[in-house]
Amino acid sequence: MFQIRVHGRGGQGVVTAAEMLSVAAFEEGRHAQAFPSFGSERTGAPVVAFCRISDKEIRLREPIMEPDAVIIQDPTLLHQIDVFAGLKQDGYVLLNSQHSIEELGLSELVKDRRAERFCTLHATELGLKHVGRPIPNVPLLAGFAALSGIIRLESVILAINEKFKGKVALGNIAAAEEAYQLVRQMMNHHPTSPLKEEEHA
Amino acid sequence: MLKQTEGSKAVAEAIGLCRPEVICAYPISPQTHIVEALGEMVKSGELAPCEFINVESEFAAMSVAIGASAAGARAYTATASQGLLFMAEAVYNASGLGLPIVMTVANRAIGAPINIWNDHSDSLSQRDSGWMQLFAETNQEAVDLHIQAFRLAEELSMPIMVCMDGFILTHAFERIDIPEQNQVDSYLPPFDPRQVLDPAEPVSIGAMVGPEAFMEVRYLAHAKQMQAIERIPQLAAEFKQVFGRDSGGLIRTYRIDDAETVIIAMGSVLGTIKDTVDEMREAGHKIGVLGIISYRPFPLDQVRAALKGCRRFLVLEKSLAVGMGGIVATDVRMAVSGTGLKGFTAIAGLGGRPITKASLHKLFRQAEVEALPPVTFLDLDWDVVNKQLERERQTRHSGPIAENVLHDKGIVSAKFG
Repeated sequence: MFQIRVHGRGGQGVVTAAEMLSVAAFEEGRHAQAFPSFGSERTGAPVVAFCRISDKEIRLREPIMEPDAVIIQDPTLLHQIDVFAGLKQDGYVLLNSQHSIEELGLSELVKDRRAERFCTLHATELGLKHVGRPIPNVPLLAGFAALSGIIRLESVILAINEKFKGKVALGNIAAAEEAYQLVRQMMNHHPTSPLKEEEHA
Repeated sequence: MLKQTEGSKAVAEAIGLCRPEVICAYPISPQTHIVEALGEMVKSGELAPCEFINVESEFAAMSVAIGASAAGARAYTATASQGLLFMAEAVYNASGLGLPIVMTVANRAIGAPINIWNDHSDSLSQRDSGWMQLFAETNQEAVDLHIQAFRLAEELSMPIMVCMDGFILTHAFERIDIPEQNQVDSYLPPFDPRQVLDPAEPVSIGAMVGPEAFMEVRYLAHAKQMQAIERIPQLAAEFKQVFGRDSGGLIRTYRIDDAETVIIAMGSVLGTIKDTVDEMREAGHKIGVLGIISYRPFPLDQVRAALKGCRRFLVLEKSLAVGMGGIVATDVRMAVSGTGLKGFTAIAGLGGRPITKASLHKLFRQAEVEALPPVTFLDLDWDVVNKQLERERQTRHSGPIAENVLHDKGIVSAKFG
């Protein structure tokens, strides 16, 4: 079972992100369970949502305390709550920021971990560019697909088409495609990137 | 059709497939998404001729459901927590009058202290209201139980609450098989009421009944629930024939055959319990699970039979009879009276406290060696409790408990996220 925790703020589509992730996994024939951290939704307040993906039925109903991956939609949360709590040693981190992991002062966190699994993406700007709204959730999902390989970009696009219609869907797809390519490029340039080896092989 | 969807949305679709005629509800978390979705379905015309009636309170919601049902309409509503308490007088009327209303209870704690999260206090507070109460383990079962509930309710002319864990199920996205309309139509016939208000043939529903007949009317309500004990497994079997899956029934056992210790629970926590039990089984522990689906009527004989081979049981419940202990546990103990079985109660998950596999592992291992007091409070912070108790010993003006406990926990206000 692969477990993902999404952190963000009310209004950033955190719960929607986890739900769409579960839809993308479902489209691949897998079992998935998405749920919010069950609070009153207030714009700007820290929000957490969860997604489990598995090849068999998911019965577990506890919150995700030891995630395989963490998606952080708002970097200001780094100063407010421990978004990395319980993150598995070989876990993935995707952070919405224009700055690098090093610039965000996270070098210490990455030190004993697999650095190629840490990535930042300017998802808010991608949302603004393609959808006209500063909502980072969809670009981050596509970026997560690129970073982890847990889900395919095509499945994220299917989830987008299920959630949105018309122009909004098209904009989100464009944002997702760009995000996916950007993360792939960053991974290509990473010194320990497995992709790099693949391409040279 | 298989779908990845929200529990609330799936339940709304299931209700739609049951061809309701009157839906009336007042929104309250965590029930809101269900009635919002139904409101949209009625507005779009897809449920025509169904009417969605906006009401000013839960008391009105149940009152409208009573009126609609008495007039021969298939009536549905949904609520939770204080909403259920606010409609309580009408809840008793619906069952007292024998009206087959189906209501979803998106289980949530009751305040004060105000708390929007899940436990089973709300529907269990209406234990003796005369409503049947069926508890869903998964969102699939929530969908399926609603379809079975209309059938059973209308056959017996008694109302049913379908209880699903607030947020944990209502707000969870998961894989759900939404039935086809023709399947539901073949399982659930049109509403043919046993009693109906009809100007052409006037009757009175709700006559005053004095001491000469009240006991008989009451007994007949009990008799109907006893009939339900027979009918619930039959309807589940028939459901399987049409829909191809096991859903509903009175109880459900899991890895119980050679179990020395049996864990008993209701609702979605059974999933986490089963995962824990699987891990313990792998490590050689003889442990099994008994899920109770039908809380009212309570299947005394079936529970007794299921526990026959075990040595001890632990009832894990999301409810507390203050001043006594367990609520479900009391019924289970009644079921096994005279058998000499050793029973324990664990109160867990009140007000949405997560019930984790780690805590269950510890608890179940203690149960196995009978190292538990009769009533345990899972993951209770004793430091905070003792601090407040000491405060009350030290000073007369010890202040409001909720505020003190939050302060001692270092929390400014309830945590959202």
